Amino acid sequence: MSNRKINMKEKYRLLTRDLDWEYSYRDYKEVFPQQEFEGIKITDWSKWEDPFRLTMDAYWKYQAEKEKKLYAILDAFSQNNSQLNVTDARYVNAIKLFLTGISPGEHQAAMGFGQVGRQLGGVGARVACQMQAIDELRHVQTQIHAMSHYNKFFDGFQDFSHMHDRVWYLSVSKSFFDDARTAGPFEYMVAIGFSFEYVLTNLLFVPFMSGAAYNGDMATVTFGFSAQSDEARHMTLGLEIIKFLLEQHPDNLPIVQRWINKWFWRGTRMLSLVAMMMDYMLPNKVMSWQEAWEVYFEEAGGSLFKDLARYGIEMPDYAQTAIAEKEHISHQVWSMFYNYGHATAFHTWMPTEKEMDWLSEKYPNTFDKYYRPRFEKWREMEAAGERFYNPTLPMLCQTCQIPMGFTDMEDPTSIFYRQSEYDGERYNFCSDGCKDIFDHEPEKYVQAWLPVHQIYQGNCGGPSMEDVLGNYYKINLGVDNMDFHGSPDEERWNIWHNLQPAEDKLKQAS
Amino acid sequence: MSVAAITPDYVGERRDRLENFHGNQIVYVGWDRHLMFCSPVAFALPPETPFSKLQDEVIPGAFSQHPDFAEIDWSAVVWHLNGAPFLPSRDKSLIEQGVDHKSIIRMATPGLNGIKGSGS
Repeated sequence: MSNRKINMKEKYRLLTRDLDWEYSYRDYKEVFPQQEFEGIKITDWSKWEDPFRLTMDAYWKYQAEKEKKLYAILDAFSQNNSQLNVTDARYVNAIKLFLTGISPGEHQAAMGFGQVGRQLGGVGARVACQMQAIDELRHVQTQIHAMSHYNKFFDGFQDFSHMHDRVWYLSVSKSFFDDARTAGPFEYMVAIGFSFEYVLTNLLFVPFMSGAAYNGDMATVTFGFSAQSDEARHMTLGLEIIKFLLEQHPDNLPIVQRWINKWFWRGTRMLSLVAMMMDYMLPNKVMSWQEAWEVYFEEAGGSLFKDLARYGIEMPDYAQTAIAEKEHISHQVWSMFYNYGHATAFHTWMPTEKEMDWLSEKYPNTFDKYYRPRFEKWREMEAAGERFYNPTLPMLCQTCQIPMGFTDMEDPTSIFYRQSEYDGERYNFCSDGCKDIFDHEPEKYVQAWLPVHQIYQGNCGGPSMEDVLGNYYKINLGVDNMDFHGSPDEERWNIWHNLQPAEDKLKQAS
Repeated sequence: MSVAAITPDYVGERRDRLENFHGNQIVYVGWDRHLMFCSPVAFALPPETPFSKLQDEVIPGAFSQHPDFAEIDWSAVVWHLNGAPFLPSRDKSLIEQGVDHKSIIRMATPGLNGIKGSGS
């Protein structure tokens, strides 16, 4: 047996392209049955350029190193009771939102890349998807491990995977990934690989990780860094799929452009949850959502689409709408969660006077004019012992499943309504982007599991709020939900830090 | 092509068919320029519900926390049904005047524009 060492190039070939074989007794179309129904034409898979020249053995080695460092830091974090060092207990609600809304999406992405890694005809693409599937699985695991420490000290973390399949606002991210995973393999790659990982991921990770760093949460910073080096690989895969599809056949261009339009819009709607997190849930602010949007979408995304122009790709439809909305969405989405704070597994609250001043300064065109009077009214109501909760279930958009709380950018005090009729039934939407997605594939979106309609159909545990929220969602009522002020989270935090609630101080003074 | 699917002539389950609501239909109501209520709201009501009941019982249950609510001059309210101007008849049922499953009723209250006129 020869014991010669093979060089890197040869090893790379053997461990990627050489893993494929000729199908001698089965038809190629039988082996890859999903490759044609989307209308995408592939003429030569050998033209696929592997975006990261990484072999499995090297992959395991790198990832194992990262895991070792990560778990060393997580151990130190818990041994030092570092949960006491975050800015204040309100911050932890951003992490609750991450665990319930985003980590299950990592798991969905793992399953999606696993599926696509089976269905693509080219071995280079299959190997790349396999590695990304494992990455995504690693991300969900490290996130759960990192956040499990908070679960010992704060409410609302305990049933995140159960909640992901049931709770009304988590259906936003669940249906996003369900939509991508039930599409064909090429749409999935454009949806998650390109539109999400390449165009929008920085708007998700940078705010959360910088937010964590600014608020003393080293556990989250660490899993963020550990994931970030994977993200760079994922981004190159996302870009490669676009270039490959467009170079393979001119007929692919309109299909790819439509997918980019769709997934840009779906991604933008989902990121409105991150927008509210940045502007409202971080006690120490990093930057405003508007600023993040300008840096990571308008500048970075703008130059990306300039590069892609040579393939005939244009800026997504409704990019202009999304740009106009940057001055509004965080306030609108926080309003939704404040309205329905009795039905969330995290706490909501009104910003302090100082925080409102920050919002006025960051949003000079919109905050004082449209939002501050509303928030001051809510604060007044709270001070009078009548904290505002919306008593009626909200109307949801058929496509993005977010309450219909987005307004018309031509008239920002008016809700934006759109409606389609399909096969004798009405369907309602929050935007032209969401309506277009439905109108193109109505047979898909007529199936939407809209949480409000499901409650009214009697499929969510029963007719009362207690049935739905307590038994079906498994929210611990009066503990996980309601305003931060008066919550057990706040009470414990005050005890740990010898802080007194403001009203007790007033009582003592008088 | 109404969906890109691997199965020819794929048909999706209509999950919100009227029959699934046990005799009710969904009706959405939005109050223009009162975004203290973050979005329009959804009710499950029998199609035979008279409009008077919607106006006198259902709508107050949803919106009466707003300080403008008590000020509403109901004779001056401007109604829209699914985007078109609408003159509801109090005695007729929802379905008799075209308010069918998943319809949107919008009410505008001239002169009342929310908290400090902010549209909230």
